[in-house]
Amino acid sequence: MAVNIKSMKHEDFKDNEYIDKLVEELNATGANVAVGNLNKLINWGISNSLWPLTFGTSCCAIEFMSLGAARYDMARFGFEVARNSPRQADYIMVQGTIVHRMAPALVRLYEQLAEPKYVIACGGCAVSGGPFKQSYCVVPGVDQILPVDVYIPGCPPRPEAFFYGLMQLQRKIKVQKFFGGINRKQKREEFFAAHPEERGKLS
Amino acid sequence: MFDFGKWTSAFNDLLLGCMPEWAAVLIECVLIAVAILGAYTVLALFYILYERKLCAWFQCRLGPMRVGKWGLLQVFADMFKILIKEIISIKGTDKFLFRLAPFIVITSSVVMLACLPWGNGLQIINFNIGIFFVLAVSSLGVLGILLAGWSSNNKYTLIGAMRSGAQMVSYEISLGLAIITIVVLSGTMNINELVWQQETAWFLFRGHIPAIIAFLIYIVAATAETNRGPFDLPEAEHELVAGYHTEYSGITFGFYYLAEYLNLFIVSGIASLMFLGGWMPLHIPGWDGFNEIMNYIPSVVWFLLKSFFISFVIIWFKWTFPRVRIDQLLAFEWKYLMPLSLANLVLMAVFVALGWHF
Amino acid sequence: MSDIKEILSSICPDVTFTEGGENLLVNVPEKKWHDFALKLRDDRRLGFDVLTAVVGMDWKESVGVIYYLTSTSRGWDILEVKVEAADRKEPYIHTVSDIWKVALFQEREVYDFFGIRFINHPDMRRMFLRNDWVGHPLRKDYDADPKLNPIRLDDEKNEDDSCTYVEDEKGHVKRVPVKVYKPEDYVVNFGPQHPSTHGVMRMRASVDGETITKVDMMSGYIHRGIEKMCESLGYPQILHFTDRMDYMSAHQNRHCLCGCIEKALGLEVPRRAEVIRVMMDELMRISSHLLAFGCTAMDLGATTAFFYGFREREMVLDIFEKTCGARMSMNYNVIGGVIADLHPDFVKDVKEFLRIMPDRLKEYHRVFTGNVIAQNRLKGIGMLPKEDAINYAITGPSGRGSNWSCDCRKVRPYSIYSELKFDEVLESGCDSYARYMVRMREIETSCQILAQLVDNIPEGPIRAMNVPKIIKLPVGHWYYQVEASRGTFGVFIESDGQKTPYRVHFQSPCFNLIGVMDLCCSGHMIADLITIGAALDFVIPDIDR
Repeated sequence: MAVNIKSMKHEDFKDNEYIDKLVEELNATGANVAVGNLNKLINWGISNSLWPLTFGTSCCAIEFMSLGAARYDMARFGFEVARNSPRQADYIMVQGTIVHRMAPALVRLYEQLAEPKYVIACGGCAVSGGPFKQSYCVVPGVDQILPVDVYIPGCPPRPEAFFYGLMQLQRKIKVQKFFGGINRKQKREEFFAAHPEERGKLS
Repeated sequence: MFDFGKWTSAFNDLLLGCMPEWAAVLIECVLIAVAILGAYTVLALFYILYERKLCAWFQCRLGPMRVGKWGLLQVFADMFKILIKEIISIKGTDKFLFRLAPFIVITSSVVMLACLPWGNGLQIINFNIGIFFVLAVSSLGVLGILLAGWSSNNKYTLIGAMRSGAQMVSYEISLGLAIITIVVLSGTMNINELVWQQETAWFLFRGHIPAIIAFLIYIVAATAETNRGPFDLPEAEHELVAGYHTEYSGITFGFYYLAEYLNLFIVSGIASLMFLGGWMPLHIPGWDGFNEIMNYIPSVVWFLLKSFFISFVIIWFKWTFPRVRIDQLLAFEWKYLMPLSLANLVLMAVFVALGWHF
Repeated sequence: MSDIKEILSSICPDVTFTEGGENLLVNVPEKKWHDFALKLRDDRRLGFDVLTAVVGMDWKESVGVIYYLTSTSRGWDILEVKVEAADRKEPYIHTVSDIWKVALFQEREVYDFFGIRFINHPDMRRMFLRNDWVGHPLRKDYDADPKLNPIRLDDEKNEDDSCTYVEDEKGHVKRVPVKVYKPEDYVVNFGPQHPSTHGVMRMRASVDGETITKVDMMSGYIHRGIEKMCESLGYPQILHFTDRMDYMSAHQNRHCLCGCIEKALGLEVPRRAEVIRVMMDELMRISSHLLAFGCTAMDLGATTAFFYGFREREMVLDIFEKTCGARMSMNYNVIGGVIADLHPDFVKDVKEFLRIMPDRLKEYHRVFTGNVIAQNRLKGIGMLPKEDAINYAITGPSGRGSNWSCDCRKVRPYSIYSELKFDEVLESGCDSYARYMVRMREIETSCQILAQLVDNIPEGPIRAMNVPKIIKLPVGHWYYQVEASRGTFGVFIESDGQKTPYRVHFQSPCFNLIGVMDLCCSGHMIADLITIGAALDFVIPDIDR
């Protein structure tokens, strides 16, 4: 079973083996029909209503603006409701270099996003540090500090590449499990086991 | 003209025939509540899509296209998403007020929606101070915004809420005065009667000069009341991130989002009621054949079309004009708009006294 | 130049002169520097009123600063002043931030990179790096061990703590702590993630109601250490950094770096390449100003105007894409010329663009400029008088909006600009509206330049034939300026004869712009903070480098 999204044909994607394998693995455990269909409906909703957080540090942000402008018009896919408050956004698109001083702010923004949330690393700098990898104060890839869902290479990526990346994210969302998957509430004890330093800070 | 009242009274008789009165009233209340909430959701979703498509049109874009035919299902996708989003509870907020605020906003707009006359005989409550009641309820909404801004424990929300308080309290005066101008002309506050008085001609034409001035004042003040551009200071995106609802996530934010669009519909609905005849078809005195043809178009369609048209104008403002600054906003109201509406009220009184209206 | 030496010697007999470089270099003893600087500015015969660049240097045996001074009254002559700190471990230099206000931020940058403390500087905080950063990265003895400075995910502490260094009569320097904001100030934080800080600038504004009383600009959220990286890369390799600093003046910045290297090598660039460079520069300027128009409109809430600006910008990007192969970060200029010849459609596309642009400009004015709300929001906001513009060295459209004739294309012509006919755009409003109008009118000027060149692109090679395979600059230092989209962009290169530069400094125009934010915003409202920022139009990666 392939994952189909409306905007792009299945065979046009270049990494179908990966996503097909993922679907196979997910189907192996099986799911209740009602839950499965509800899952599908919710995933359809999430994947078609990805509201970005406006977060750009450098050149990629300008290309992102081009993406919103009339020629590329990401509104066609329903991506245009860029929210400025992280509480209301669905994914953070890291556009541009992340340096040491910015890293805590970025992590904080990620933590402020409401679940379900996704991260796209956009452009060479966010993917790996890009041309500034050797620098003394550049984070060599945001995956060092955040869990990244999709990487979009390029310096800066063309708007078409942005779309390709966003569609990859849509496909990824379409195979996720909502119930029992991402919709799981983390237990207090699990959180403290993962973050021992937070114990005592919370009242 | 088809009278929807026939259906509703037939239904009422049917219920009374097989059960005691209290049970019938209970069933009717529940049905009406469900109908209002349904209409609320559908209208809000429609308005979201309407605005997104319109703004795309102004900006040489296409707008939502891919989800469903012409993007018609886009808003449903958004709705599913927003329903399942996490509702974040934040440290340092006033938990009770923080949760309460969106409900105040949404309650006030639902109550206002209930007062609108949808069509001939399609009205939930009809009492003699209907329009006055609408004005009173509309001022409740600002309370929710103030509470949201204050309880969020965030400087942006606080500034947004303070701006909103100052703005809505100020512009309510002009809004009220514009409506009172029409009340002077009609001599009634009963919504049903207001509509029937416009059977011969809409108030906009009957009251000519002062009515047109009142209409323009109303549109400006209504734009400010609904916090829409160029008066969208409380949620001025480029200054205050998201204004008073910065800290709201998931459906609590969704409530604000829906209420914003619904309020747009409500102010348009009141404008069409007060100035453009509500659900009353376009009647031109003397043209009986024309009037007869107009009567064939259902009254609900008339009401909705007029409201959508006024909303279109308000949306058009938003996407054309830059945002004003808070001092300019208040100066505009207190130095120009309010004196003008007061003078206009006097003018209307003179017109009515001398019988210079149609 | 000989008379200037006499004047300088008469002012301060202790100065020595080094000649042989491109400009006169004056060595000033540190103790005399402040008084000497005051006379440099105020002496009528000298009148060095613009501090163009402040370049921190580490000469291994000592650290110090090279100041580049310009005199607007003496035909934009450049004077270099070299000041060395006495002690390498505890270096102190007297501040000149009270003489040239632009030094307020420039000296903080030098402190951040080299650890030189400026005596009497009111706010000696780090500029770009975290306040708990260990070491000063551009010193040659900097320890680059990542263990010393790991990626810290905790917030910076004590953001209000600053300090100043005061010297007593005996010459002992004492550190005096200063607070940026008092505890009772109501400080609203904008950024680093904020929709209209144009990137990751952080402004902390103390407000009284909605009125701003003070703005503290915090930079460094995109500081990538380009200057340090340049020191370990060869000359052709450092070129690509320029495209990524001010990405809206990628061509001009790269033109500047190439120009500086060509000047040092004594290379003659073929005429065709020069023409192509100038045309690309002007197209870039148009694209930048269109973006500035769009962003100004959007920051004011007129979202639709933004889309109109971007519509025409796409046409420029198409022209770039056809010739350079990329929409942004074109990497087009190379040492000695340009990397690829023009696309066959280039002339046709440029002509088509020039044909439609005047109408579109009218449309912008109809949609946005003429709007009464926009006028009320821009006029009289963010006043920057001419004296302040000069003192803060605000060049580019922002400086010209204060009626200061500072267009590098006119006052120090480079490339082929001296042959072109165009008028420098000046506005006397000194407010946000004037700055905005300068940008809109400069689009016309750029179109005018393009129209002069589009039919006169000479045939010939696109790159100089005699570019050495391995580029080694002779020993010495050079400074080269071009007019980028946002002001005068300067490149300083110091070479010790190796394949890699000894020190590279980029003097970015946006860096000076953040210096005037406090001056412009105080007394205005929160909404004006955004407008003023939009009208100054800074690009953050250009500030932080």
